[in-house]
Order: sequence, then C-alpha cells, then structure tokens
Amino acid sequence: MANLKTTENKTKSQSMGMHSEVLTGRTQQKFFNPDEGENLYYFGTYDVDFNKRTELDVKEMTAADANKEIDNLMSQGFGTIVIKNPQGKHSLGVGILNKLNLIFEGSLGYFGMGSCDGPTVRINGRVGWSCAENLMAGKVVIEKNAGSCFGAAIRGGDLICKGSVGARTGIDMKGGTIIVGGDAGAFTGFMMQRGRIIILGDVGINLGDSMYDGTIFIGGKIGSFGSDAIPADLTDTDQDWLKRKLKVAEIGEKFDVSKMTKIVAGKKLWNYDNLEPHEKKGAI
Amino acid sequence: MDKKKTKTKIKKEKKLKLGTFKETAREKLIGQHIGYRYDVNLLPDYKKITPFLKKYVEAMGWDDLNWLEDVHMGYEEDRPAVFCRNANGWVTIPKSIKLPNNQQDRDMIARELLVKFQMSKKHPLVDLKKAYLKF
Repeated sequence: MANLKTTENKTKSQSMGMHSEVLTGRTQQKFFNPDEGENLYYFGTYDVDFNKRTELDVKEMTAADANKEIDNLMSQGFGTIVIKNPQGKHSLGVGILNKLNLIFEGSLGYFGMGSCDGPTVRINGRVGWSCAENLMAGKVVIEKNAGSCFGAAIRGGDLICKGSVGARTGIDMKGGTIIVGGDAGAFTGFMMQRGRIIILGDVGINLGDSMYDGTIFIGGKIGSFGSDAIPADLTDTDQDWLKRKLKVAEIGEKFDVSKMTKIVAGKKLWNYDNLEPHEKKGAI
Repeated sequence: MDKKKTKTKIKKEKKLKLGTFKETAREKLIGQHIGYRYDVNLLPDYKKITPFLKKYVEAMGWDDLNWLEDVHMGYEEDRPAVFCRNANGWVTIPKSIKLPNNQQDRDMIARELLVKFQMSKKHPLVDLKKAYLKF
C-alpha cells in the first residue's frame, strides 16, 4: 500500500491543505453576508445568453465528445443549443451545472440528462432508462414516452413526461417533482423519501412501496398500494399547486385535479428509534 | 365561561416551542419523535414570493420556484436555519433578520438566503471546485 506521507507530488487538493485538515469532532463554520452582492449563478459557471443560439450535430460523435462540446459551446456564451441526431445515444447531456436552454431533436438512450443542475431541456422524442437521474434543479420535458426508473433519485427540479413511463418511476427520489401525462408502471415512487409525483393516468401495482416521505398524486386507476403507502385528504393548497404545476408542465391544464388521489407514507416503516427488533415487529 | 376557555387555549399554543409537533400514536409507543421537526411536504404559497426570488427564477428561465419548492426553514441547535444540500450543512439565519410567524413567509426567506449563500464566493463548494474540478 502506498504511503501517502512520503508522496512527493502533491495534488492541488493536498497543497490546499484539504487532506491534513482535521474535521472530526468539530463543526466547520463559514460566514457570509447576505447583502454582499446579488449573484444569481454558481461561482465559476458560464455566463450564457438564451438569445444566442447554435446547433450541434452529434451523429458522428461519442456521448463523451458531445457532452464536452456542449460545455465548450456554453463557455462561448451560447444559451440555446439544439442537438441534432442524438440517435438514442446513452448518457447524453449529463453533468450540466449551468443555466441553459437545451433541445434534443430526437430520442435519447439510457441515463440521459443525468446529474444536471439548472438547465431547461426539451427532448422531442423518447428516453431510455433512468432519464434525469440525480437531477438537482432545472426542467426536463420529454415529448413522448420514457423507460424504467424515470427520475431515479432526483433531488430537485421538474421532470415531465408527456407520454407514459415504465416501472419504478421516482425510485429513491429525495426532492423535486415528476409529472407524467400518461400511465406509469409498477412500483412507482418506490422508496421515495421526499418530493412529489403526479401521474395523470393509471399506475401499476405496489404504488409508493416502502416510501418514507413525499407525496404522490394519481389521476387514474391504482393497481395496488405498496407497503406503507396510504391515501390522504386532498387539500385546497394541493389543488392550487397541482393546477399551477400542470400549467408549467404544459399538460393536463383542463384536468380535474379535485378527483385525484393523494398518497403519502404511513410512516410505519420508519425505524429511526430505539426499539428492539422484537418490539418493532409488534409496532408494525 | 367560554371566553375564559379560549384565552387558556391561546396561551398554551404560544408556549409550544418552534418545530415541535403533537405526538402521534407511534411516537408515543416508541417514546421519541420521528421525522423532521417541520413540514417538509409543505407546498409553497406563491403569493409570498420575494422580489429577489422572482429575479432568480426569471434569470434561470424557469416558470416557478423549481428546486426551491423543497426548501423550508428548519432548525439547528434551536436556531432557525436552512439546510444547504451542496454543503451538507445548516445555514443559520442571522439574528438581525426578524422572522415572521407565518411558515410560508419564513420559507421564502429561507429560500432567498439559501440562494445567496450558494451563489456566494464563500460557499464551501468554491474551494472544493478549485481543488477537484477536472474539466
């Protein structure tokens, strides 16, 4: 095993003291003044202009090259980028941490738009598995259908599919909103911890299975409820918010939200307590 | 008689500490509070949006609060605070800022402060980016 102490070539992070700093047992404090200046973007991101538009044909490019070229175009100030011929390539448009108007003229493969923070994306086609996985912020609109694990582990932002989606939509999601205009498969909202899912059509079996928190709204029929998913009362605030969100999603503006079913966690699976295993069994 | 009863009720409500909730049957059973100390599922009231947040949303090209819908005013060591997911820590609210009693108004202040903190040069992510950014 390499001895880190004797390593002569220090990395940038080591020379900044990030490896020698003792963090255990103390709170790291950072101070900032809320009035220090109005900056609306992350430090170090590109200043792009939505009116500056360009096209990028990715037919002969690998996904990695295409993603680097998108980054390069953003660095030149392009705020609207149209991607031609995506041809179902996997992992396109991942890791964009910038405001951007991105349009795909075609379909994406697996893991499209993963780990993004900020862009507004329109996909004029279909998407494969795990679209917009780990989305932090932004808006992703899919004009047709989506595969399984749609919006897996998203933390924030709006993820919209105008068609239908596969199984395990919003699996492990920790925030944000997923909106589906059509139907959704089995295990929708599986292990979700926070955030909101809106399905205007029907859903398959085991809806909200093992959900810890968050809210699911269903407009159609429910195959069956999963473990610890229970119906709740739809409030006026819910209805106002649903109307607003459907308008933002450009779908179901005329949909009667008052007839939707609201599902929340029963919280019987929460095990953050001091009970012994045999006591937990009795409690559940 | 009725008037007296109402007065006592109001007094009791005022004594409740911020962030505490009525115990559920399960909480009584296990003898401890479960979950967050504030309503993480509270939907935002857009009538309360601040001018700064309007400006931010417009600059980003969004139609609503987007990711900020999940941001609420919480508590850290009995002080009002907002959780920063990028720093994985709580940002406590300066004492100079007087907080309203309404949770929706408090949430909007939390959102505004969080955006200002995340976009600040003093955010911990700035140092991490300098050290580890690959491309």
